[in-house]
Amino acid sequence: MTAPTLEVRNLRTHFFTRDGVVKAVDGVSFSVGAGEVLGLVGESGSGKSITGFSILGLIDQPGRIAAGEILFQGRDLVPLAESERRKLRGSKIAMIFQDPMMTLNPVLRIDTQMTEAVLAHRDVSKARALEIAREALVKVGIASPDERLMSYPHQFSGGMRQRVAIAIAFLNEPELIIADEPTTALDVTIQGQILHEAQTLCRETGTAMIWITHDLAVVAGLADHICVMYAGRVVEQGPIDAVLDRPAHPYTVGLIGSVPSRNRRGGRLFQIPGMTPSLLNIDPGCAFRNRCPRASAACLQEPPVVAASHGREVRCFNPHEGPLEQTMQAGQPDAGAREALP
Amino acid sequence: MSAASLSRDAAAPAARRPILEAVGVTKRFVKRLDLAGKIAQRLGSSIHEEVVHAVDGVDLTVGAGEVVGLVGESGCGKSTFGRMVAGILPPTEGTLAFDGKPVWRDGQVASRETALAIQMIFQDPFASLDPRMRVEEIIGEAPLVHGMTTRGERADYVADAMLRVGLDPDFRRRYPHQFSGGQRQRIGIARALAVKPRFLVCDEAIAALDVSIQAQVINLFMDLREDLDLTYLFISHDLSVVEHIADRVVIMYLGRVVEIAATEAIFDDPNHPYTQALLSEVPRIELRKRVYQPVKGEIPSPLDPPSGCHFHPRCPHATERCRSERPALREIASGRWSACHLNDPS
Repeated sequence: MTAPTLEVRNLRTHFFTRDGVVKAVDGVSFSVGAGEVLGLVGESGSGKSITGFSILGLIDQPGRIAAGEILFQGRDLVPLAESERRKLRGSKIAMIFQDPMMTLNPVLRIDTQMTEAVLAHRDVSKARALEIAREALVKVGIASPDERLMSYPHQFSGGMRQRVAIAIAFLNEPELIIADEPTTALDVTIQGQILHEAQTLCRETGTAMIWITHDLAVVAGLADHICVMYAGRVVEQGPIDAVLDRPAHPYTVGLIGSVPSRNRRGGRLFQIPGMTPSLLNIDPGCAFRNRCPRASAACLQEPPVVAASHGREVRCFNPHEGPLEQTMQAGQPDAGAREALP
Repeated sequence: MSAASLSRDAAAPAARRPILEAVGVTKRFVKRLDLAGKIAQRLGSSIHEEVVHAVDGVDLTVGAGEVVGLVGESGCGKSTFGRMVAGILPPTEGTLAFDGKPVWRDGQVASRETALAIQMIFQDPFASLDPRMRVEEIIGEAPLVHGMTTRGERADYVADAMLRVGLDPDFRRRYPHQFSGGQRQRIGIARALAVKPRFLVCDEAIAALDVSIQAQVINLFMDLREDLDLTYLFISHDLSVVEHIADRVVIMYLGRVVEIAATEAIFDDPNHPYTQALLSEVPRIELRKRVYQPVKGEIPSPLDPPSGCHFHPRCPHATERCRSERPALREIASGRWSACHLNDPS
């Protein structure tokens, strides 16, 4: 493999609030190569979105990147000046947000918003910029692009708006796209269309993509690699098949078990007891240990990242081994049990 | 296997006593013209009243103890139908009968008994609880009003309801904001269960929750079904959740039912082209690096629905007949209903 498009090393983004330090991202490392899709999975508060914002340099006060390196094509983005970052944003690195109504300016026409993005980064004429915008709309499957360029965002449906947002992200042929839950607000058939567009565009242009989501099923269909985040840390990562078929971290196992699946129709879903911890003044050691069926005394210490088979990396003292079915049967004694009362 | 899957196999929908019967239920929302609009109309403008056919002639029977999943995309009328069943929104036309007695009479809920027997659980656990009421008041208010408990016994009554949904009764003096999303949804469920309902309408009840919390609430629904002999109308856009908990699935598109079948049948062999399209789009954890082949187009506006079969502009098999004639919902096999002209012998 050639050098990855993006390599994040030991990233720590902390928020220094009045009540204490919130370690939203705490030692995250991963890399993504050209044309690859990395799925960044986690529940609310796991730090997946903050990881994305950190890469783009969109962390506001009281937060800041406390440590770590973000190597984009070999160049560290963390020490860059804001003006330098601004040059990258929208040209080399683009982002697609969850809510397209929030990312599009409601009082500007689509053509204004799109040509603005082109002209900010490229030395082309206005007419050429409009042409580029038009081509981008065609690429994401918008019918009658000329008419659509003259419309305002409120005239579009949710799915169309998200397509426009994707078209804007791809305008300047970026090397890296960070997509933060872009299909969560959309209907199933529209989600299918958006996933299709994103998939084809990445394959055709060789753009690297980080797809942030809470939906394991979407990641399963789209990504090459997967990072599972919990309480600001990557607890497990590796090739998609390896992680989903042979999950090693108890949290990954729990997460997969809680998704309704064809094979277990009608049965009880596995449920992870308890809930996600507050990130404020989090105790040292493994953040998952209070919900973990395999926790031991060792878990009071910070677990190291260890390499497991099939190219996975796991941050756990007591990882599972073997395929998922085996793990679900053997390793989860209370998988089918009624919930204990608090 | 667990008891839940046994009862699922044992009782075919036909064998169940019907508890809810909907016949030709229709809901139209009309945007009346204001004064300026009326004047403009008088003067010959083409302005007219806008009518949304949110629900357009839905027939559905739910058996006692059954879990029926109602699936569709935004704007298909599934929530409106659920609200009519739950006694929140009166239907424009058609009849809804619960246990043989009408739910609605003259735009009012017919009886208090029916109103209590059908309870609703809402999507957003943040918006559906009064932020200024303590949990005790939220759960205990309705039973107190309806004489199911007394002021002195309310604390115990609420504690029972909280225990049933897995909440610690020590929290009963707290306010909703002191709970997480999953716990709030449990409060909403406890509130619904406090009046001893027999039928629950769950409108996207788990959509706002995190994956691991979703699993907890789905399990809770299945336990309650066993313990309290409840019947569910489970409204959701999430097919994999519906597949997991429903006995029968109803698919809606733009206000109409397009297909009804047992869960296994609909997922293994969908009949209606819309159901087929919907199922092929469902992301599944077993399917890796798939090539998405989406259905073309978007859901048309319910203000101006397409003629004939509502799905024809997006349907790969549409014929001339689909453009002009509305397909009836017909039984194509035992317990399987589908509204598609393709099922007619040509």
